[in-house]
Amino acid sequence: MSSVPAIEIRNLFKSFGPLEVLKGIDFSVAQGEVVAVIGPSGSGKSTLLRCVNLLETPDSGEIKIEGFNILDPDCDVDKVRRKIGMVFQLFNLFPHLTVLENLTIAQRKVLKRSDEESEAVARKNLERVGLLNMIERYPGLLSGGQKQRVAIARALSMDPDMMLFDEVTSALDPELVGEVLDAMRVLADEGMTMMAVTHEMEFARQVADRIVFMDGGVIVEQGPPAQIIDNPQHERTRKFLRAVAQED
Amino acid sequence: MFSGGLAKKQRQTRIRWTIYATSIALIALLAFIADWPNLQKTLANPDVAASLFPDIILLAARNTLIFTAVGFTGGFVIAMTMALMRISKIRVFRIVSTVYIEVLRGLPLLLTIILIGLGLPIGIAGFRQMPIFWRGVIALALVTGAYMAETIRAGIESVPPGQNEAGRSLGLSKSQTMRWIVLPQALRTIIPPLTNEFVILIKDTSLISVLGVTASTKELTRFAREGVISNANATPLIVAGLVYLALTIPLTQVARRLETKTGRV
Repeated sequence: MSSVPAIEIRNLFKSFGPLEVLKGIDFSVAQGEVVAVIGPSGSGKSTLLRCVNLLETPDSGEIKIEGFNILDPDCDVDKVRRKIGMVFQLFNLFPHLTVLENLTIAQRKVLKRSDEESEAVARKNLERVGLLNMIERYPGLLSGGQKQRVAIARALSMDPDMMLFDEVTSALDPELVGEVLDAMRVLADEGMTMMAVTHEMEFARQVADRIVFMDGGVIVEQGPPAQIIDNPQHERTRKFLRAVAQED
Repeated sequence: MFSGGLAKKQRQTRIRWTIYATSIALIALLAFIADWPNLQKTLANPDVAASLFPDIILLAARNTLIFTAVGFTGGFVIAMTMALMRISKIRVFRIVSTVYIEVLRGLPLLLTIILIGLGLPIGIAGFRQMPIFWRGVIALALVTGAYMAETIRAGIESVPPGQNEAGRSLGLSKSQTMRWIVLPQALRTIIPPLTNEFVILIKDTSLISVLGVTASTKELTRFAREGVISNANATPLIVAGLVYLALTIPLTQVARRLETKTGRV
């Protein structure tokens, strides 16, 4: 089983109207692997991530999750998504539900867990991100970093096989970025399969097993962090890394 | 070069006092030429007013509220169905709900009530057996449902798309996400407009009186009209008006308070 890639993408194309965003992507993530996807805005990296759990429907190509072709008409998208946790740039916590209810609603409705079991799972995952004391609060009362950690705990409560992170620190104040990256680092250490679209080069360098650089709807180059960051082969990669370094 | 402000302010004060003086003169004139004893006797006659109680509350206002409550409940069910059809991916659903909403919002309520209450029974035999109460309620529900459908649709569309994506990415199905994530947030934002719709419905129940009366359909307006005829006096209209206001004004205040409250969240 572990020889089957967690995510396997072949020749993926996606357009929004006249704008072609993905131009033939071949890409895979092994089980237990942590992949950071970097690239300038508009490079298609978020679209690629969103295709993995079919928040975007590709125009053509193949996406296999644990060997199963999820673009097959017979595929039950809801069952695929249970296996894939996703964390969003803007948190997308449910504001009308408490932190606890945010973590239990899908467990109860989708996995049919009992109230007691789902609460136990929620507590365990809140503890993992260090927010058990916020369990009764409504999301509106949390800081951005706390919201994002709750969002991570919410995704984990479904016991996913892999996690997708879509620029999860981009909307945070700089001083709150660290706590979210720490939570992700812990997950990576535990062996979670992760695909993270990110601007955090330090995170990519320290945590990722592989960095994928995208530009203009194609993968320009990929490899171990040290190789991509310190010794990029392509001019476009160098240019991007210089621009990012200047921002910091 | 900026002078002249004082003259401007004086001019404004002069205009304001002219308006005050004219208004007071007009009111004084009306008060002088009005036949007060007669007005009081025909519009605010305490004996006539007293004779209206307790029926105006226990019968008429009660029937008004029953019409409103049943009509609103039916209308809400229709509205929810139509709103969900309106945002459906299935084109036929969208067309049916759009036509429904546009037609019923485009017709005068009075015409719709007469059409359903008196017109349909002429054409369709089954309707003739239906009590006037239900004919009236159905007409009200159909129309208020069309208005509320647009309100509910707007409420659903006001929920950020990220909420839907978060629900779906957790494995909730489309309908589960609608039921547990989107609708609770949508309904919260549309409680004030729905309250306003309820207030409008309280007033619109008066139109049912055109269908004729049975004991169960004698609502406030009909009750007042009959009071006018049997007493040869207009006081019942004034009293009924006050009863309407006692129902509607508190509700509009509640709606206003809810509006500022939801605006805060």
